[in-house]
Amino acid sequence: MGFFGMILVALVILSALFAPFLTTHDHNALDIANRLAGPSAEHWMGTDQLGRDVFSRVVMGSRIAVWVALVTVSMSLGIGLVLGMMAGYGPKWLDAALLLLFDTLRSFPTIMFALALVTVFGPSLQTVIIVIVATTFPVYGRMVRTQTQALGNNEFIVAEEAMGAGMIRILGIHILPNIIGPLFIVASMDIPVVVTIEAGLSFLGVGVRPPTPSWGSILNDGYAYIRNTPWIIIFGGLPLIVTTLGFTFLGESLRDIFDPKLRRDL
Amino acid sequence: MAEPVLDIRNLSVNYFTPRGTVQALRRINLQVPSAKVVGLVGESGCGKSTLISAVIRLMAENARVAAGEIRFLGKDMHHLSPRDLQGIRGRHMSMVFQDPMTALNPVFTIGRQMKDIQYRDAVSGKEKLKRAADMLSLVGIPDAVSRLDNYPHHFSGGMRQRITIAMALLVQPKLLIADEPTTALDATLEVQIIRLLKDLQADFQCAILFISHHLNVIAELCDFVGVMYAGELVEKGSVRDIFHRPGHPYTKALLECDPSVIAEPTRFLPTIPGEIPSLIDLPEGCIFHDRCPRAAQVCQKTPPPEVSLAAHHTAACHCLEV
Amino acid sequence: MLFYLLKRVGLAVVIVVVAVVLLYSMIHVVPGDPASVILGPRATPEMKQELYERMGLDRPFVVQVVSFLGKVARGNLGMDFFSQRPVAQIVFKQLDETLVLVLASIGWAMLLGIPLGCYSAVFRNTFSDKLVGFFSIGVIAVPSFVVALYSLLLFAVTLKWLPAIGAGESGQYMDQLQHLILPAFAIGLGWVGYIARLVRASMLEVLNENHIRRARAFGLPEHVIVFQYALKLAILPTVTLLGTGIGRLISSAVFAEIVFARPGIGKLIFDSVVSRNYPLVMGAVLVSTVLFVLSTTISDSINAMLDPRVRERL
Repeated sequence: MGFFGMILVALVILSALFAPFLTTHDHNALDIANRLAGPSAEHWMGTDQLGRDVFSRVVMGSRIAVWVALVTVSMSLGIGLVLGMMAGYGPKWLDAALLLLFDTLRSFPTIMFALALVTVFGPSLQTVIIVIVATTFPVYGRMVRTQTQALGNNEFIVAEEAMGAGMIRILGIHILPNIIGPLFIVASMDIPVVVTIEAGLSFLGVGVRPPTPSWGSILNDGYAYIRNTPWIIIFGGLPLIVTTLGFTFLGESLRDIFDPKLRRDL
Repeated sequence: MAEPVLDIRNLSVNYFTPRGTVQALRRINLQVPSAKVVGLVGESGCGKSTLISAVIRLMAENARVAAGEIRFLGKDMHHLSPRDLQGIRGRHMSMVFQDPMTALNPVFTIGRQMKDIQYRDAVSGKEKLKRAADMLSLVGIPDAVSRLDNYPHHFSGGMRQRITIAMALLVQPKLLIADEPTTALDATLEVQIIRLLKDLQADFQCAILFISHHLNVIAELCDFVGVMYAGELVEKGSVRDIFHRPGHPYTKALLECDPSVIAEPTRFLPTIPGEIPSLIDLPEGCIFHDRCPRAAQVCQKTPPPEVSLAAHHTAACHCLEV
Repeated sequence: MLFYLLKRVGLAVVIVVVAVVLLYSMIHVVPGDPASVILGPRATPEMKQELYERMGLDRPFVVQVVSFLGKVARGNLGMDFFSQRPVAQIVFKQLDETLVLVLASIGWAMLLGIPLGCYSAVFRNTFSDKLVGFFSIGVIAVPSFVVALYSLLLFAVTLKWLPAIGAGESGQYMDQLQHLILPAFAIGLGWVGYIARLVRASMLEVLNENHIRRARAFGLPEHVIVFQYALKLAILPTVTLLGTGIGRLISSAVFAEIVFARPGIGKLIFDSVVSRNYPLVMGAVLVSTVLFVLSTTISDSINAMLDPRVRERL
């Protein structure tokens, strides 16, 4: 299963990295005469309602997906790490306040929250990123907090404190390395979720602005023309399925290898 | 002697592990006579639990009976169908487990659990609950009827053990197997539980197979004792024989090491030097020879025979001195 | 039990209040003014001023928050921009539809997921267990709106077995049921996998515990052991996770409603976002958040009912 996942993930990442070289056409080039065509030798995945080559758009879309995944997950991790350590190690009132923040942010259904923000900020990729980060960092924050608390009670930490080690030192050198492993695995499981959210929002039209070829916006086009041709939806959904399956399978086997007891932490 | 309730003959059990085949039990011969208490002593890891799991046939997945047979009430246990086994377990044979804190299902009331074990009886639910309450009173749980509605976590460890004993006796078994029932309890509780068992055994006249590594408890409760070491039964006999006239060097050492026999205050607790040998690569001769003060040349090469020291008293040793 | 409930509800209320404040403050974090965003680039200064006064945006922040909280507590979620009807009324009407969908989805997911999970646990490491595992992870991974789109394409547009749009004629239950099948399927599919995995893991853990061994030693029939003694314990984490998964369920419902053009909170929010109907959006988001907090509270409480040990801690 993990092997299969690795292949799929490699496919996605490579396609994102080498996108401009892999496309057969300019993904923005219009060809109205040829619109809504099915797959053919020239257009491997057919064309959309403006005659654009779907295959090229899908390939370019992988860039967006990977970009969003990287940015949001690293930001969430970063914020979650810092806040979580503060909560776990710092004074009780800070812990309570941060915990409340975490739980409240987690109570917002992501899409709802995104839609609300979009009404205020206007649709854009940045809004999407802000929403995703805001709703995902609490999960990491909680994990880090639990781990920090547990480790903080460990004798060797207490010993270090007794010797006058500063908070930054303790957090950085002792607590951090112990947390990184499980965090990393959870983060890798988050990637498919994040990609899905971005695609979902773009599908709704509140994510990326046209003509950016996010997979979600391709599906949006496909949905509008579902009765004319099934192919846009089929090929728009395919990369999403590949990405989510790939990262999920990979994440699951990573988890099995490193620590089958991880699930409890959440 | 009348037919024993439990007759273990030449039993050998193996565990198959990635590191090799562990010969956990070898050629065990043990009988439990009707209405008598037989104790099984030995260090941790000597195979006591394996023996129990073999008897009730709830062995680990990688365990196999390599040889021998177990006869319960005359019937060969290992060739019984699952349905027949169900008929025996919890009816003619019942168990008390070691850890009272985890032996009861935490989300059902004890009344419900005690009712469930009587599922074979064709009487009303009310009657079953009444029997349960009576049994609880018998084991010393005050206010039994109302406590039937309590959950296990409302009881202390000692009381939970009493409850499991109540459950074990509720089904009126011919054989009660107690797997270190007092190990997880403190000394005062231990005394109470042992007294309880003694009284109940006298009342109900059931046979008990009692496993423990507390020698004083064995001495108090049992009629016969078997001494196990590293998967073999090295000596067995009546309680008097074992405690007053031990034959096997291991039994002697065990008795000497018991903290309760220390006569003068000392800083040094006697121990038996050495370690249990690997059960995967068994030595050729006697299993105890590398730690035995009496070891001779023959002990290294040949496995010792079972020598009869008295009526119903045997030990497996080359160098017996009585 | 009562004490636990009180504490739990109290916590829920606190969270909702904080959420409201957070939501409300978002407007004020916006660089630039909300009036322009809401009214569009052609707004004149007079129009903006009027909007500010109407929405009370010219008063100090704290006063605004408190007054908003007060209104919410009384059930007043503001007025819809365009139709001037109370937001609360509009939102709650659509809520019913969404709830039906959500319940149907979770219902069928549990119906299939729990037995699958039990089966996997009892027959673990056999080929069928591994197959179920593969399938479970697969459906969890794939986004529900993709499933929705594909099933729409296959069953409604191509095969024409099921209706594509809407919720059916009101009053006609069979028709409504037909319209419910595809959306509930799309949302529930991922959950089948999730529940099956959860139940499997839970069951495996429970089946290994001492009291189960004891129950076996007492000769209790296997089906009693698995489906009563073990399952009751194993179900607990499932119930909890269901409660916290409601957030995801509501999000999936949004997509399902849009793909299948069903009425409901999702469609409502979406339409409002597109038309920049700001009070309606806020009201709907607020309601769904409260719903979410409510469901986690309820699931924690059910958990406490099923597992007496939970009652003694919070």
